[in-house]
Amino acid sequence: MEFHYTQSIDTREIPALAPEILGIRISHMVGQGWRVISFCALRNTESILLELSLLCLLAHEETGKIAAFRTSPLSPGDTYPSITPQCPQMHWFERELHEQWKIIPEGHPWLKPIRFVPPMNGERERPLPGDTNYFTVAGSEVHEVAVGPIHAGVIEPGHFRFQCYGEEVMHLEISLGYQHRGIEQRLQHGPYKATPTVMECVAGDSSVAHATAYAVLTETLLEQHAPAQGQAIRRVALELERLANHTGDMGAIAGDTGFLSTASWCGRIRGDFLNITALLCGNRFGRGLIRPGGTLYTVDPALCQTILERLELAYRDMCGAVNVMFHSASVLDRLQSTGILSTKAAQDLGIVGLAARASGIPTDARFRFPIDGFQEETAQIRTLTSGDVYARALLRYQEAEDSMNIIRRELAHLAKITQTPSPACTPLPLRLPPHRLAVAFCEGWRGTVCHTAATDASGSFALYKIIDPSFHNWIGVAMVVRNEQISDFPLCNKSFNLSYCGHDL
Amino acid sequence: MFAILRQRLRQKNRTLNYPFAQPEISPRYLGRPQIRKGACPDSCTICADSCPTHAITLQALRDEEGIALDMGRCLFCGACAQACPRKAIVFTQEHHLASPARTGLIITAKTPETPAIHRNPKRNFSIFSRSLRLRQVSAGGCGACEADSNVLGTPVFDMARFGIEFVASPRHADGLLVTGPLTENMRVALLEAYEALPDPRLVIAVGSCAISGGLFEDVQECNNGVGNLIPVDMFVPGCPPNPWSILDGLLSLAWYAKHVR
Repeated sequence: MEFHYTQSIDTREIPALAPEILGIRISHMVGQGWRVISFCALRNTESILLELSLLCLLAHEETGKIAAFRTSPLSPGDTYPSITPQCPQMHWFERELHEQWKIIPEGHPWLKPIRFVPPMNGERERPLPGDTNYFTVAGSEVHEVAVGPIHAGVIEPGHFRFQCYGEEVMHLEISLGYQHRGIEQRLQHGPYKATPTVMECVAGDSSVAHATAYAVLTETLLEQHAPAQGQAIRRVALELERLANHTGDMGAIAGDTGFLSTASWCGRIRGDFLNITALLCGNRFGRGLIRPGGTLYTVDPALCQTILERLELAYRDMCGAVNVMFHSASVLDRLQSTGILSTKAAQDLGIVGLAARASGIPTDARFRFPIDGFQEETAQIRTLTSGDVYARALLRYQEAEDSMNIIRRELAHLAKITQTPSPACTPLPLRLPPHRLAVAFCEGWRGTVCHTAATDASGSFALYKIIDPSFHNWIGVAMVVRNEQISDFPLCNKSFNLSYCGHDL
Repeated sequence: MFAILRQRLRQKNRTLNYPFAQPEISPRYLGRPQIRKGACPDSCTICADSCPTHAITLQALRDEEGIALDMGRCLFCGACAQACPRKAIVFTQEHHLASPARTGLIITAKTPETPAIHRNPKRNFSIFSRSLRLRQVSAGGCGACEADSNVLGTPVFDMARFGIEFVASPRHADGLLVTGPLTENMRVALLEAYEALPDPRLVIAVGSCAISGGLFEDVQECNNGVGNLIPVDMFVPGCPPNPWSILDGLLSLAWYAKHVR
């Protein structure tokens, strides 16, 4: 069943396939340019038995179409033929589904937990975090380096196992789950009054992206639209988030090459961008700003002017700080040809966002699945082809310029429409329609944030699935460090800068 | 070389002489809440109903005891202040939020406007002889509290001038700065990091998640903050706290060590 991404569908009308056929359909469509955006278990809420249909959603970027499939009901312990061997981008989805519901993909090449959590069917027995059989390399001079869960810097926890031969990394396995807070369970049967605030905490550095995705999803289900002012403020906040994080990442990459002046300046300038977000709503991460129906804060022409002035100053400082880094031979030597992700690997593994664009894949939800009122002609999808750390760093610099152009335009637009005070938020009905399914995309700075919701007969969430770009991209980090020096791992990792909690949920 | 030096001059000196100079925070910033006495009729529950985290408890005799707002649970979202028709709750611009005691985070109509620690602006920062090394542990933090702690090392805040730094190993540290609601999967790792600290050791809980569980209070996969596992010496509320609030909390540790312990 196919539908446009701005529409919702009736969950009862999704055709049910035999589990054996599902894999054939999915790999056929992926071969035709579709991408798997969600694969999860949809529980039949009208049955007292634990009946689960596997729900698979694919997206076609050129046409903005979504395809939905589901299987006939399965129960925990049932098996189906694994789709991963023909379609590698399914690998993490199938592992997640197995961990959550004990539905076994037969023939999965690497079936292990991804979060180390108890299953969702009510069993309390839980595995120890990180306790699994890691991929090992044997040989007399091969050694293993284990890092984490607590890392050396001020970052989130995760466990990394390197198989090294001398300085060279032969393989890296990443074991996550330490940040698992049970967000999916927290959202079930909602929306509650805390739901919008939970969305802002899915991944702290992408608060605006996740809050926007939730707001757009609710509006799609209700067939409502946010007022022009609210939409424009959301776009400004999203680009400010991108500017802040891209600046911080470029500084961190400079820091890992030992180019400390740029690291220090970018650390400060990142804060300037966050403080501009705080001008909008008081919170540096944009929390409390975006809600279904619009935004909770309004702007006026004077505030638009203040934001623009401070933004231009911060952007000028950022360009100066980053330019000296990109003109330093010692920095370029570390960045170029380090941590290469080939276009083929990125495509096969379903890498999204900035990392995919740096490997030559033109994917960007702002342009492919634009949210109401986005002016596509302000910018275009940027891609680079080398796929190395340098490409991921340079792309951040180029995208910052696009973000500035988008914000300049949006602020001019906002200053015009707010000359007479207008609302930024429309009140929405409290209850969602029953038996509907919808999808929302929002291109955060890291990549495409995808939220999927399905409602039950009473209009509450039977399913709320959050796919942060980190879910797709962690495997990319593991791939690019192969055959690199272990000392280049921090650079490779920083060039992706993925979220642990966005993955662990 | 000259380009770098020229850029260095352009980027200027940005460090604020905190705490003697006060930072410029957004006019829309929601800081320390205040509660107006006698504003509430006995039957009104609007503020508590609007709160996403059960931060507000209503006393039986509302007119005398009023309402109690627990900053340790508060997300500083301002929903209560917006909902209240009588403006009984107001969020001020005050960023001094930290408290060495959990009870110090509870605001009622009787709470003084400035916390006790901040009555004397010339504080003694020389805890551990001007050398405080901290190990940051994220136990389910979403990355916001971590980012606003990490930013204290940048030139604007420059906490190193007070002798405070983040270090890579708990064995090199005097204290832990913990964020997040303490996920079940991080419980053992946090305990091990705490046990690796040499005595005397400090624990600073940053953010409403670390203090009470915050948005994840009573969620099965979380443990309602770090206080149930290890003793906490300083609480810095917020979601996330403004970096100035965190720096203020760290500097308050010295005052606390001298006057209270």
